[in-house]
Amino acid sequence: MTPLITIRGVTKRYGDAGRPMVALENVDLEVAAGEFLCLLGPSGCGKSTLLNAIAGFLRPSAGTIEVGGVPVTGPGPDRGMVFQEYALFPWLTVAANVGFGLRIKGVPRTEIALRVERLLAQLTLSEFRHRYPKDLSGGMRQRVAIARILALDPPILLMDEPFGALDALTRSNLQDELLRLWEQFRKTVVFVTHSIDEAIHLADRIVVLTYRPGTVKRIVPVTLPRPRDVSSPEANILKREVTALVMEEQTRFRQQETTGSPA
Amino acid sequence: MRGAVIPVLVLALWQGLAAGGVFNPEVLPAPLAVAVRWWAYLTPDQPFDPTRDGFLSWLLSGEMVGDAAASLYRVLVGFAIGAGLALPLGLAMGASRLAFEVFNPLVQVLRPIPPIAYIPLAILWFGLGNPPAIFLISIGAFFPVLMNTIAGVQTVDGIYIRAARNLGAGPVTLFLRVMLPAAMPYILAGARIGVGTAFIVVIVSEMIAVNSGLGYRILEAREYFWSDKIIAGMLTIGLIGLAIDSFMTRLSDVLLVWHRGPDS
Repeated sequence: MTPLITIRGVTKRYGDAGRPMVALENVDLEVAAGEFLCLLGPSGCGKSTLLNAIAGFLRPSAGTIEVGGVPVTGPGPDRGMVFQEYALFPWLTVAANVGFGLRIKGVPRTEIALRVERLLAQLTLSEFRHRYPKDLSGGMRQRVAIARILALDPPILLMDEPFGALDALTRSNLQDELLRLWEQFRKTVVFVTHSIDEAIHLADRIVVLTYRPGTVKRIVPVTLPRPRDVSSPEANILKREVTALVMEEQTRFRQQETTGSPA
Repeated sequence: MRGAVIPVLVLALWQGLAAGGVFNPEVLPAPLAVAVRWWAYLTPDQPFDPTRDGFLSWLLSGEMVGDAAASLYRVLVGFAIGAGLALPLGLAMGASRLAFEVFNPLVQVLRPIPPIAYIPLAILWFGLGNPPAIFLISIGAFFPVLMNTIAGVQTVDGIYIRAARNLGAGPVTLFLRVMLPAAMPYILAGARIGVGTAFIVVIVSEMIAVNSGLGYRILEAREYFWSDKIIAGMLTIGLIGLAIDSFMTRLSDVLLVWHRGPDS
């Protein structure tokens, strides 16, 4: 089976040529259609950089990213992005936020209304359709952001620590909801997180990245049957393994922070 | 209630001193005289005559109504011109680095010049009457709207732009549907300052260029030593200024229902 997303030799350097900061180095990765992939690593490992490169917000210094065989040259509605900060438009109501992508595409208003209503119902947001984002809780806002992306029906969802700012209970509810939507709409998901539990709960495969420069340290497949119990013995074995990998990088991160000299 | 204590005391003291003949009434009139004059300024000169005109037009035939209308008309036209020019320029300067670099030096030099300093030039260019007054007012409204629009567009949170591009927005959509609404709180704050400045400038310009309006009226009153009318006119200016500002605040509240607050 050909992968939907192909990442080859992707390197991203920041800063001047004298003292470059290498965020990503020679990353090779393939994501299959319909797969749920988690990018895991400590902060500064370049996982968000990689996601932004797939989204087309930044151009790799070297290497290529292809989606469905077509090189990524910029952002596009085939790769819907969900941000940790929600990034809802505060001047639009919930319904107008969800309909934004369709609206600028020139879809007729009656059809927009229909599709928005259906999505709002699926995400139990219907009663908030006329509210503004400021009136919603963090969890609700993120649901609206997900609905806004789903409205365009993109094959790929890119999620940048989407539940990072939420409390544990809301977070767990949204994880379950995301899995339900993922199964229902058959999307390919690339999900950035620094939570090991979250990665084990959600992912088909966990990609553990190294700290500075970011490279693929290990790809850990998660074969636990869904719905998963993150506190089961099997999950705990996996958790120990993944934690060990992440901790190695965390230690490297601390050492670099204290000595102040990146590798 | 507590806020009324000081004004009442001041008025009582003032009235007492005036009644005791401490001040020359041509220099400082008694507050009661001001109130009487204010009422006379507000109300029609002629008694109501149904054979001549309708009740409403009679009611609005007082001198103050005509003066206020003349001043507000100038504010409105001057503000529309000033803000109408400042908005597109500000949007361009906020969104485009090139436009900013090209226009900013000139803006920075002109901005500190008070609108009042344009009076000689305004008279030279436009003579007397409404045109020089409106010119001055539009300058007064121009810079607050311009500066706030630039700041508003420049401080649009990049995440909205990324989100919109991700949803397929091109440059035009991005500008009209993201940057403009995102900058709206700043723009409206600038408009509020601009209207306030326009109202200050209208009073000044009416003292030199025209023969109507609230500013003209208090200067005219000085020539007759009508100090009570001067103060009645000043009071009117204050009340109308307050009304304009409340209106602008209401307008912002309505347009920015989505916003957290005026400053956040």
